[in-house]
Amino acid sequence: MKKLFVLLFSFFLTLPAFAEDPSENFQPGEMITHHIADDYIWEFAEGAVLYLPVILIDNGELKVFSSGNFFDEYHERRPYNGYGMEHGHIVRVNEAGEPLEAHGGLYDFSITKNVASLFISVALLFGVFLTIASRYKKNAGKAPRGIQSFFEPIIIFVRDDIAKGNIGPKYERYMPYLLTVFFFIWFNNLLGLMPGGANLTGNIAVTLILALLTLLITVFSGNKNYWKHIFATPGVPWWLAPIMIPVELIGIITKPFSLMVRLFANITAGHIIILSLFSLIFIFESLAVGPLSVAFATFMNFLELFVALLQAYIFTLLSAMYIGGAVEEHEHEEDHGHGAAAH
Amino acid sequence: MELVTPGIGLIFWQTITFLIVLFLLSKFAWKPIMRALNDREASIESALSAAEQAKLEMQGLKAENEKLLAQARMERDKILKEATEAGNNLVEMAREKANEEGARMITVAREAIENEKRAAIADVKNKAASLSIEIAERILRRELSDPKAQQALAQTYVSEVSLS
Repeated sequence: MKKLFVLLFSFFLTLPAFAEDPSENFQPGEMITHHIADDYIWEFAEGAVLYLPVILIDNGELKVFSSGNFFDEYHERRPYNGYGMEHGHIVRVNEAGEPLEAHGGLYDFSITKNVASLFISVALLFGVFLTIASRYKKNAGKAPRGIQSFFEPIIIFVRDDIAKGNIGPKYERYMPYLLTVFFFIWFNNLLGLMPGGANLTGNIAVTLILALLTLLITVFSGNKNYWKHIFATPGVPWWLAPIMIPVELIGIITKPFSLMVRLFANITAGHIIILSLFSLIFIFESLAVGPLSVAFATFMNFLELFVALLQAYIFTLLSAMYIGGAVEEHEHEEDHGHGAAAH
Repeated sequence: MELVTPGIGLIFWQTITFLIVLFLLSKFAWKPIMRALNDREASIESALSAAEQAKLEMQGLKAENEKLLAQARMERDKILKEATEAGNNLVEMAREKANEEGARMITVAREAIENEKRAAIADVKNKAASLSIEIAERILRRELSDPKAQQALAQTYVSEVSLS
């Protein structure tokens, strides 16, 4: 474990030179896919590359080494220790560097660019919110100051407009999750917009886990009414149950699924658009396209700054709505005869 | 396809990290922050209601003050009225007394005058009596011999004398 941390931090400090082959033609599609996909190295700019640690579990055996081992001094890919990089994944290779068919038992837990970005965002979250919390303790009952006064209205907004409005009187239990998810998504969206930033919230694995947590919280906070609506929807004839129950059960899954896809698609699309606009300069190989392209990309970047906040808000809002639907108490059952349509 | 295939590594790290973040932030950030916010809101709420109460109390005090003032004013008016009445009474009494005194003095004077008058009448009667005696004396002296003349003279004197 100690070795892992030493590796992790030593790689943050080593920035070996990176030389690209100038003879290669510009491939926008490849470039964009490369930028929005995960990677084993973190390339901030040409020549500024951070080799991140690779952690593999090969048939129960833990293997930790630097991803720099996959590159020679000319930044050419090369196999290392029986592993090689193929389409952005680590696979088993033979002596000649050709990928083997057998993938069984090889699990990749590498600290990739996204994982590194995740850690940075977490450090940022801790830094910001623990500072704020200590401020609240230090000057209790006084007016907020500095960073505290910047985040306080946002926290109050999440509490009053997202949680209280959609969950109701039991909102307090879900506040930590909603606040964490809101700031996690927002911070990571913004980090993704930084030059050289990773596309963490535009990664399906990240949104999958976030959506899964919302699903689990919703399902485990579901009260009698929630389940009654699913298994015996009020106002629906009993003989429709064979259709209604599967539909409602699918509904449980589709709600978080939409959360997952929405966040992933919005953030990835934003990255793709900005990168495409910049690619125009290289596609036309003309300086004249530059200002136009930059103007559009700047506009898009501002839009993305807004989208970063908007998507965090939407994810949190919809999570709160789903949780609210699960904990809602129906005072008058008969009034909700068509409640199923709203779900 | 690459984009929409979640990688096991990131799933693992994301799950672990997010749960740790959720736990630590809940415990060390959100809990104190939410509590501080709630406390502050409660204190603001109580301060506002206290101010409202103070305002109401002030209004009550003011009303009471006004009541007291009105009472004092009434008291003053009453006292003034009483004093005026007392003064008037005093004057009235003095006037009555003076009137009485005057009347009494007049009565006394009248009595004195009456007495004087009576004394004067008595004096006149005495004078008349002595005059009659004098006349009788003179008659006696001149007409002692002639009773006829005597009688006529007496008659004349008596008719002369009138008792006013």
